[in-house]
Amino acid sequence: MSARTRELFGLLPVSLLVAAGFAAVISTRGQDVSDATLTYGAFFLGLCVVAHLFIRARLPNADPYMFPLASVLAGIGLVLIYRIDPELAREQAQWFVFGLALFCITILLVEDHHVLERYRYTIAAASIALLMMPRLPGIGAPVNGAYLAIKLGPIQFQPAEFAKLGIIIFLASYLRETGDILVRPRLRPLPYQRQLILWGVPALLTLLGIAVLDLGAAGSVLLAVFLFSFAAVVRDRPSPKHFGPLLLVWGLAMLMLIVIRDLGSSLMFFGGFLTLLWVATARLSLIGVGATMFFGGAFYLSQTVAHVKERVDIWLDPFAKGVVNDEGYQLAQSLFAQADGGLFGQGFGQALLNVPGGGSILPAAHTDLIYAVLANEAGLFGAAGLIGVYLLFVYRGLRTALSAADGFSKLLATGLTAVLAIQVFVIVGGVTRVIPLTGVTLPFVSYGGSSIVANMVLLALLLIVSDHARSEARRRGGLV
Amino acid sequence: MNRQIVQLFGLFTLLFGVLVIFTSRWTVLEANSLADNPDNRRPLIEEQRIPRGLIFASDGRTVLARNRAHGRGQDRTYTRTYPTGGTFAHPVGFSYIRNGRRGLELSRNDELVGKRDEFQSILAGLESARKEGNDVVTNLDVRGTEAARAALAGRKGAVVAIEPKTGKVRVMVSEPEYDPNLIPSQIGQLNADRENQPLLNRTTQELYPPGSTFKVVTATAALDSGAIKPETIIDGSSPKTISGVPLENAGGEDFGQISITDALTNSVNTVWAQVGERIGRDTLVEYMRRFGFYEDPKLDYPSFQMIPSGVLNGEGEFVDDGFDVGRVAIGQGGLEGEVRAAPLQMAEVAAAVANGGRLMKPQLTDRIVQKDGRVKERIQPDLQSVVMKPETAQQLAAMMSRVVEEGTGTAAALAGITVAGKTGTAEVGANREFTQPWFICFAPVENPRMAVAVTVERTQGQGGTVAAPIAKAVLEALLGGGGG
Repeated sequence: MSARTRELFGLLPVSLLVAAGFAAVISTRGQDVSDATLTYGAFFLGLCVVAHLFIRARLPNADPYMFPLASVLAGIGLVLIYRIDPELAREQAQWFVFGLALFCITILLVEDHHVLERYRYTIAAASIALLMMPRLPGIGAPVNGAYLAIKLGPIQFQPAEFAKLGIIIFLASYLRETGDILVRPRLRPLPYQRQLILWGVPALLTLLGIAVLDLGAAGSVLLAVFLFSFAAVVRDRPSPKHFGPLLLVWGLAMLMLIVIRDLGSSLMFFGGFLTLLWVATARLSLIGVGATMFFGGAFYLSQTVAHVKERVDIWLDPFAKGVVNDEGYQLAQSLFAQADGGLFGQGFGQALLNVPGGGSILPAAHTDLIYAVLANEAGLFGAAGLIGVYLLFVYRGLRTALSAADGFSKLLATGLTAVLAIQVFVIVGGVTRVIPLTGVTLPFVSYGGSSIVANMVLLALLLIVSDHARSEARRRGGLV
Repeated sequence: MNRQIVQLFGLFTLLFGVLVIFTSRWTVLEANSLADNPDNRRPLIEEQRIPRGLIFASDGRTVLARNRAHGRGQDRTYTRTYPTGGTFAHPVGFSYIRNGRRGLELSRNDELVGKRDEFQSILAGLESARKEGNDVVTNLDVRGTEAARAALAGRKGAVVAIEPKTGKVRVMVSEPEYDPNLIPSQIGQLNADRENQPLLNRTTQELYPPGSTFKVVTATAALDSGAIKPETIIDGSSPKTISGVPLENAGGEDFGQISITDALTNSVNTVWAQVGERIGRDTLVEYMRRFGFYEDPKLDYPSFQMIPSGVLNGEGEFVDDGFDVGRVAIGQGGLEGEVRAAPLQMAEVAAAVANGGRLMKPQLTDRIVQKDGRVKERIQPDLQSVVMKPETAQQLAAMMSRVVEEGTGTAAALAGITVAGKTGTAEVGANREFTQPWFICFAPVENPRMAVAVTVERTQGQGGTVAAPIAKAVLEALLGGGGG
């Protein structure tokens, strides 16, 4: 069976799932399960088949699982949003169509992803500009204290969703080139006197830091990791001039914390950066320096920027008196909703969303808290199933990276996959109180035009890389 | 690069695993504590959307609590109405989102909202059925309850009737009552009414000095422990020094040498105080505990609406030693300890004697019925404790019969049915200007079907003249006439 036929068969259970989901929601609404659900299912299947035919024509060798997996996610999202508000679901469906269009356009325009390398500085500059846009007067406005969206007339738009693609493209290209020369490991071990100095200095500084500065346990560990990692980087003879752009990326992440005031998106960007750095250099010391600089900066900002501090405080105790019904209301309600779900959930369409007499009990149910709605309706099993789908998607994405022939393709596929995985971790982790809750979307599932369109472009890029890799492999006579 | 990519996949698997672990933490492991969090409004809103089960009187037809629906479709909610108004207000209680729950509405809440366990939830999820409550059929008797209210005739007081063999509570009346339908609009006023305290269930939440009805407890302890026999002769002259202080009989009457049986018939204080001193505090307290004193009644009723009976000192603390046992034995006491009892407790005393010494747990609920009419659960009679030997109970029954035949309780006599009882009259008020009349009884003596306790709050008159006629009216209603 060809890859494309496998993809087509993969779409069948997807549309059945979507039709069943709509049927459940509509039946609990007390309406007849009329042809409407079949129509929804058929419409969704139709759209997917069109996209499938397009892939068949343009990327015949691309990975056959990624598109059906993304469709499952989008389908679950549509059912959940429909259950929350049918009007929103209609809008989301339009965005889905628009996203599919952009998906096809991307595939048409970017015949070979290597052309992106040519424009990497343009892309990087454009991405940074996009990120700053929400702070521009007139079009930007804060939502819950974070500057994530801009308004152009009737259309609201989250530039960070697109900027993440640009930054990944830039980093993949830049690290492909400099990954090998960022550090030049010595071939012979250092003489033992110099080793003593190399490791003695950070040890001394750590002790000094702990003694002089009043650091907590976390702070001390952070300092120690930073200093030893830094010493390890020094040992490997770093090339300072190539670090410039990377420091810029760190500065950008910090700036995002200040400018956008959103811990989540900045974690997403910086996490993507660190994974690419790791894959490109395999130097744990670099990750150590980068991660400690990020967490150190984030910690400092969480103490000084009121909005970030508040988020952290809520995370530490959402049920505190005076918090639970105020700024901590969203997280507390998220946890209450999950508790209501139990092992198997209340059933699709059964969960409590509205307070009698109007008003929603879950703030931002269709965006930030959509995972909590799923846990409420489908229980632990449904929620774990969703995480499973994401894990499969990540698996196929990294598989693509493994099979790619050149460094840029590998880094691009890894970066795109990683940024999506980290985004899932950031929002689901926020909703489940693993980390502070921030306002990023759940890829493909959450309501939001920018989110679904940007992620369709991400999917298109992954499929392009995959098609190249698999065509290459096929030419060489073996299929991965 | 490939090695790092594989490691990266491991890292993401780990991170996603953390997400699943935390999701299990909230959905399963800590779900119960989250559901009980007072800031979690979900259970309240959720229950508003469930049609609660109905509550019925013992006939299975008279509706004591039903629902009124509001809105339609997904937003349909229900509120409670109580067709019988205040008649069953104390045992049934109420249930409102803003005002919380009382009575059976609280103690049987799980059944009334049809609470399901996890497995049932799965099945219900497959059927996609909406939650529905189960009906509760109580043991409360409509005729008996109405007779008790009519006989109290607006006086503050309490009436409890229990089936001795089963523990079924057939009557629980506390006056004044309140209209549960008015709770949402008037709970503030009802709470503020210190004078009448209409929300107070006087059968379980209020303690009164039991007066001479407590001599039944003393007699049980004395006879069952073998300290005395019904024929034992004791000096009933008045006054008599008890704990260094002279004690008089009612009206200063001097009975001379008198048998225990006669001393109960005529409620001779000096005799029973001496009996109390003869058995001692430990024995008395031991028998009180067997009757259920010193702990909440074992009733299917909210614990915050029940308080234990027992001996209380001047600070209102329960004591089981150091008190004037002679005066406690006759239902009084002093600063070191005074006996106080709730009407339900005194009904349990009568019921235990009636049932051959075996005290059954009092129960308001008869059965839980599903919406399709199937009986989900039938509450079985449950032994609470064996208070005394059957012979002791027989002796007591005979002695108590005399009280009604020829003693202080003749006003409770029923034509054609033998009644055994004991009167009590405690003096209350700052200057002892009021009385607290009591009557506890059971009937028929040969095969007891009902035990009753009656008391009236801060009034004038004796147990035999005030309380006994009320008990008689209730017995007539419950035992199906008897002609008189």
